[in-house]
Order: sequence, then structure tokens, then C-alpha cells
Amino acid sequence: MRMTLTVNGERHVLDDVRETESLLYVLRERIGLPGTKNACEQGRCGSCSVQLDGLLCCSCLVPAAQVHDRPVRTVEGLSPPGCQEEPHPLPRAFLDAGAVQCGFCTPGMLMATEDLLSRSPDPDEAEVRAALAGNLCRCSGYQHIVDAVLLAAARLKAPAPEAGR
Amino acid sequence: MMEFLLPRHWDEALAMMAARPTTVPVAGGTEVMVRLNAGDAPPDVVLDLSLLGAAATWRRQEGTVRLGATLTYTQLADELSGLLPGVAEAAAAVGSRQIRNRGTLGGGLGAAWPAGDAHPILLACRAEIELDSVRGTRRVPARDFYTGPGRTVREPDELISAVVLPVADGPQSFAWVGRRAAVTLSTASFAMALWPARQGVGTGMGGVADRPLPALAAEEFLAGVLADREAWRSGAPLPPDVLRRFGELAAQDTAPVDDVRASAAYRRHAVEVLARRTLARTWENYRTEWRSCA
Repeated sequence: MRMTLTVNGERHVLDDVRETESLLYVLRERIGLPGTKNACEQGRCGSCSVQLDGLLCCSCLVPAAQVHDRPVRTVEGLSPPGCQEEPHPLPRAFLDAGAVQCGFCTPGMLMATEDLLSRSPDPDEAEVRAALAGNLCRCSGYQHIVDAVLLAAARLKAPAPEAGR
Repeated sequence: MMEFLLPRHWDEALAMMAARPTTVPVAGGTEVMVRLNAGDAPPDVVLDLSLLGAAATWRRQEGTVRLGATLTYTQLADELSGLLPGVAEAAAAVGSRQIRNRGTLGGGLGAAWPAGDAHPILLACRAEIELDSVRGTRRVPARDFYTGPGRTVREPDELISAVVLPVADGPQSFAWVGRRAAVTLSTASFAMALWPARQGVGTGMGGVADRPLPALAAEEFLAGVLADREAWRSGAPLPPDVLRRFGELAAQDTAPVDDVRASAAYRRHAVEVLARRTLARTWENYRTEWRSCA
């Protein structure tokens, strides 16, 4: 089938898409956005987390046919090309907190973090852990990841008055 | 080659189901896509329900609530904590945020996993499952809906269109144990609903038999105790021997199996503890929160 979808604000027209191939496959293999990671393909690990119509989901479980004409936001949307000098506050917080070990889970963690902070800008640690329950880190670096989310929340709530770091 | 049907209206979907009885409905993809990704043989025909917006809504009709089949667990958890507190609590226990945003009530019913989180509270509330086809609409009590692991009374041409259940007039709760705190199939689960207006007791158990099932003997025992002691009116605390007996009777109604997640003995023990604690918590809730406003 021919389908159109909007990823991070950019419209794509794709041909010969199989209806039940996953949104994950479409993003990585057809559009060339490898930030969204492919791991379990069972909805258990959260590595492929994206926003579809503003809702966090596992892109591995979304059939392509359901994405036609709908907006998708991926981890690449956090730091568009040309903005690498000043990373988005979420990846910045993950870097500063040492929350990235092998990095494979990081895109999914970032998407889940953005989703959490959009709903609850000032979460406590229990809320952060619950919100990230669907994202596995096989380096098991959870403490630093939770720290990073809390750091990001604190910075977004009260932006530093001067950028003198 | 698999066909993918995209009906725009409910009647069109029913006609498609009637024309091709091997059709597999898909809404959030959290069951069907999991199986496709795992390499299972693809169905001949998949019918997409995501464009049928009306099925993703709920409405109150006097003393009942009609939940559309494609309501997501996130919607149930966020929107129904007042009218159906047990349903909202069970929905919030499903999977992860990612799964709750996509997984639907009807999808869980169609998949009919014995340990699925939504089933016990539907049993406890004596929900009715609405099945729709070109032949007409019928409502099946949840207690007659499940027939085995992954099996229900749904005929091949029927779509699950809604779940209808009474508005809560007393406390409800859901409890489960599993190998992780989230994103895991429950090892055992227990749901309970109290209906003060008709002095009714409802229960449901998951993961302890080849299908979700009510704890009938425990229900009957508790209803008798509450009536004999006039406890609905007095709100007296339940003594430990009543709590213990309720748990024992629940465990006796199970038929668990050994599998990779737990032994049958563990499941039986777990549901006994869950039943006892859930009764204690639910009755306490009735005594302190609900009785005064009844």
C-alpha cells in the first residue's frame, strides 16, 4: 500500500508498505531513522518507544496501516539536525547524570521521560520508576536514569538564570 | 498473503466479519502484533478497528456503564475511577504506559488469557459482554464468556462491541502478584466488588485455572456471614477467621497448573492470600468510606 505519515514534522510518502509491518520497521528501514531501537519486538522492553498522536507506544506493535496520515514523534525529534551544539534538556540531563552506559535503551528512556514530564512536570522518584517500568536497561543502570529524569524535571521547572556552566 | 481490511463504519466491519469468518480483529496491536512479530503463522485476514471511533467511547445509561470495546486501558484508568473504581484499578495494572496507551478492553477479552488483568473485575462486577454480528446483538455474562485458554463463546463472525456493567455503589479492588512489579503476566490475581444496595458480593480470579473464574463458594460464604451478622448495616469489622475462611474457599475453587512462571501450589497459595487481603482491604474501605454515604 501507499501511505503517508508525518515524522517529527516532516511528511513522508511511502510505497509498497505491507499493512502489518511495524511502525518500527517503517521508521528504521524505510525512512532511515535508526534512533528508535529494535530489541524484543514484543512490547516488553520499550526500546522502540515513540509518540503516535501524542501517545507513548511501542512502535514494534503498531501496524503500519494504522499510522497512515498520523503524526509520529521519535527520539530524533528531540535534537533536530543543526541543534547538536546545545542538546535538548532531556539528553543533556542524561549525559550529566551519567545515565548512558551502552546507550541502547536511551532513546526509549528519553521518549518515556518526555511523556512523563509532559503529564507530570514535578514527579517524585516512585512516579519516575513507575513511568519507566516499560523500559528495560540491560546494563541495569536504573539509578542514574532515575537521577537523570529528576534532574531534567528540576531544570525544566527552574531554568538556570545564567548559562555559565 | 495476508489481507488487511480497513472498515470505516461498524456495519461495514460486521459485513466483513460475516464474509470471512477466519478474520482476526486488531485494535491496539498488543496481542496480534506480538504474535506476528514472534513468527506465528499470519492470519488470512486482519480487520482493523482503529478507525471506528465510536467503539472507543463510553457512556452512562442510568445505573450502568457501557464501555466501547476499543477503549484503551489508559482511558479506563483515567476516566472511570469514579463510576467503576475496580475497572480503573485493574486497567492501571496492565503492562506499561506504552501498552496501556494502545491495548484495549475488547482486545484483552478476545485474547482471553487466563491471567489477563481485566477479567477478574469484570467477573466480580457481573459484567456483560456485548457481541455483535450481522445476525444481531447478544449479551453474554462475563461468567459464561470464557471457555478455556484463549477461548471464548465469541462466534467467528462476531465482534466484541462493548462491555456493560453496573455503576459501583460500594468499594471494589484488584490485587495481583507477578515476577516483576510491572510488564509481566500476573501469576495470580483477585478482584472483589461489594454491592451494598443489594447486599451482593462479587469476585474474580485470574491465573489460577484454564480461564478466569469467580470464587463462587467464597462469595456465597461471605454473603451469608454479612447477612447473618447484619454487617452491611452495622459495618462491624470482620474477624480473622472469616477472612481466613474466605481465602481458603477461594483457593479451593481453583484448578491451577505448573508452568514457567509458577507452580500450581504457589498459585493456589498466592490466590488464598490475595483473597484474604483483598477482602480485608475492601471491607475496611466499605466500613470507613462507603457506608456513611449509602
